[in-house]
Amino acid sequence: MKVLVPVKRVVDANVKVRVKADQTGVDLANVKMSMNPFDEIAVEEAVRLKEKGAVEEIVVVSIGVQQAQETLRTALAMGADRGILITSDVDVEPLAVAKLLKAVVEQEQPGLVLMGKQAIDGDNNAAGQMLAGLLDWPQATFASKLELKGQTADVTREVDGGLMTINVDLPAVVTTDLRLNEPRYASLPNIMKAKKKPIDMKTPADYGVDVAPKLKVVKVTEPPKRQAGVKVADAADLVAKLKSAGVI
Amino acid sequence: MAVLVLADHDNATLRDTTSKTVNAARALSSDVDVLVLGQGCDAVGEAASEIAGVRKVLVQQGDDLGKMIAEAVELAVLPLMANYDALLVPSTTSGKDCAPRIAAKLEANQITDVIEIVDGSTFVRPIYAGNALETVSCSDAKKVMTVRATAFKAADGGGSAAVENLAAGPKAPKTRFVSEQMVKSDRPELQAAKIVVSGGRALGSAEEFHKVLDPLADKLGAAVGASRAAVDAGYAPNDYQVGQTGKVVAPDLYIAIGISGAIQHLAGMKDSKIIVAINKDGDAPIFQVADYGWVTDYKTAIPALMEELTKIGK
Ligand SMILES: Cc1cc2nc3c(=O)[nH]c(=O)nc-3n(C[C@H](O)[C@H](O)[C@H](O)COP(=O)(O)OP(=O)(O)OC[C@H]3O[C@@H](n4cnc5c(N)ncnc54)[C@H](O)[C@@H]3O)c2cc1C
Ligand SMILES: Nc1ncnc2c1ncn2[C@@H]1O[C@H](COP(=O)(O)O)[C@@H](O)[C@H]1O
Repeated sequence: MKVLVPVKRVVDANVKVRVKADQTGVDLANVKMSMNPFDEIAVEEAVRLKEKGAVEEIVVVSIGVQQAQETLRTALAMGADRGILITSDVDVEPLAVAKLLKAVVEQEQPGLVLMGKQAIDGDNNAAGQMLAGLLDWPQATFASKLELKGQTADVTREVDGGLMTINVDLPAVVTTDLRLNEPRYASLPNIMKAKKKPIDMKTPADYGVDVAPKLKVVKVTEPPKRQAGVKVADAADLVAKLKSAGVI
Repeated sequence: MAVLVLADHDNATLRDTTSKTVNAARALSSDVDVLVLGQGCDAVGEAASEIAGVRKVLVQQGDDLGKMIAEAVELAVLPLMANYDALLVPSTTSGKDCAPRIAAKLEANQITDVIEIVDGSTFVRPIYAGNALETVSCSDAKKVMTVRATAFKAADGGGSAAVENLAAGPKAPKTRFVSEQMVKSDRPELQAAKIVVSGGRALGSAEEFHKVLDPLADKLGAAVGASRAAVDAGYAPNDYQVGQTGKVVAPDLYIAIGISGAIQHLAGMKDSKIIVAINKDGDAPIFQVADYGWVTDYKTAIPALMEELTKIGK
């Protein structure tokens, strides 16, 4: 079986972004970029399936600027086999991402698409579900456990209230949650090997998808700031303050 | 403009996220209907009809709808959308699972986690773990959004909308429910609680986590939350995770115990009314958002706090 893993290049999770003074967006100049953490988990899961012999080929695809090649190289160094970069200078919205991925799926015919539940820049949590909808495939979101069972898969999902296990026919879209696995670091030899793995360069036009943003960003602003309050001396002090604030 | 709100419930009771989402919908239109998808959920339909400002309640039942399997939910909602201009869904895990799938089918660019409705086509939502707020304008013919219920007040009660039962609901063609493991608790739900006590990596073990947090929560009538580190380490179930990629809470009082205050955690709790931080490191970032900071070891602090609470009759 072939697995397709879409990976997005995003601001590193440790960076606290700043809003631009002109309110047109956030300042990304000289900011560290990384693979979206949920996508790393998806790549790791695909590689483990391959190591177990359940998967023959892992194709990674990224939609973004030229530098997203680095993100693909990281995935290739983790164990993916080849990459596809669909270049776009505008940040592509989840619906257009889903349309591009649908076109890639139609060409590549994977048995499984493993992707992140959420890109930590836009925090949309949408592209996977949209892709499943457009393909009329079943979906299993927020996965904390994935077990392939021939023509179906059992997926345990992190849901409000606890865990839910569903069984989906393959092909399916599965989106990852934090507890699915702990992604590996690529070894130096694998990083070297990854440099020789192929990356196909494409454009949205190759797939006939319009990626112009449909939502107009009116402005981007800072959230209201919380002021640091006071330090309390002991338990009695804290309880007195909470009482006078009327919250206990 | 007519708006459909998808109800959030557990087949027995309606959650107040639904009422809050109705209130958000009322900012768009006075024609707001509520759709209850479930199984054995008649009482939920009745409860929804009592939300003030609801025009009509639609109830559709079926086994797969009872588990909110996304494929079945899509099949149930899509035909109804011929009658509506917008679909509003509370931002729960189930809402986040189903709404984008429906949006794609409607050629709609879903707007995730709406926290403010500026006008009929302009919405505010947090991005980058809440470090920025984005105001977007949407010209889609059918609008689909998930609504962060903590940002809206509950609608009043006292309504008496008609309840319409639809024919038996669709089955999911390619998905089967297998099992679920739900966390049982007599405490209030995390997102509905007035007080939340949360524990972090400092707690060190599942046993210690529960030994320290459960009695305190019970004393305060609070829900228990956790940081990602505590959940990853198995101290607390996944359902407890507060943050950018977990639950967003905004109680009157949030007590963070042994939590450093990473951006991703703050994203889930910084809209709480009063924040208390108990941490032995005076430089922990959590103190930058705390109204009351207590630099101390939780091991001695929590017993002392319990004692003081007993003194005031808690
Ligand atoms: C993609 C992604 C998504 C994430 N999503 C979330 C999310 O939704 N929610 C979330 O919480 N995190 C999330 N995180 C993780 C986040 O970045 C932090 O790693 C996490 O919040 C840290 O948890 P913590 O504060 O419990 O642990 P630590 O950062 O290790 O903090 C422990 C604190 O306990 C204090 N302490 C230690 N011993 C004691 C003692 N005896 N008494 C008092 N204090 C003590 C220490 O001083 C320290 O400040 C995410 C990360 C990524 C990359
Ligand atoms: N530009 C992109 N390139 C590749 N994959 C993407 C892109 N945007 C989103 N995805 C995938 O879709 C998931 C959910 O993203 P989102 O809906 O934007 O939160 C991500 O975790 C990725 O797996």
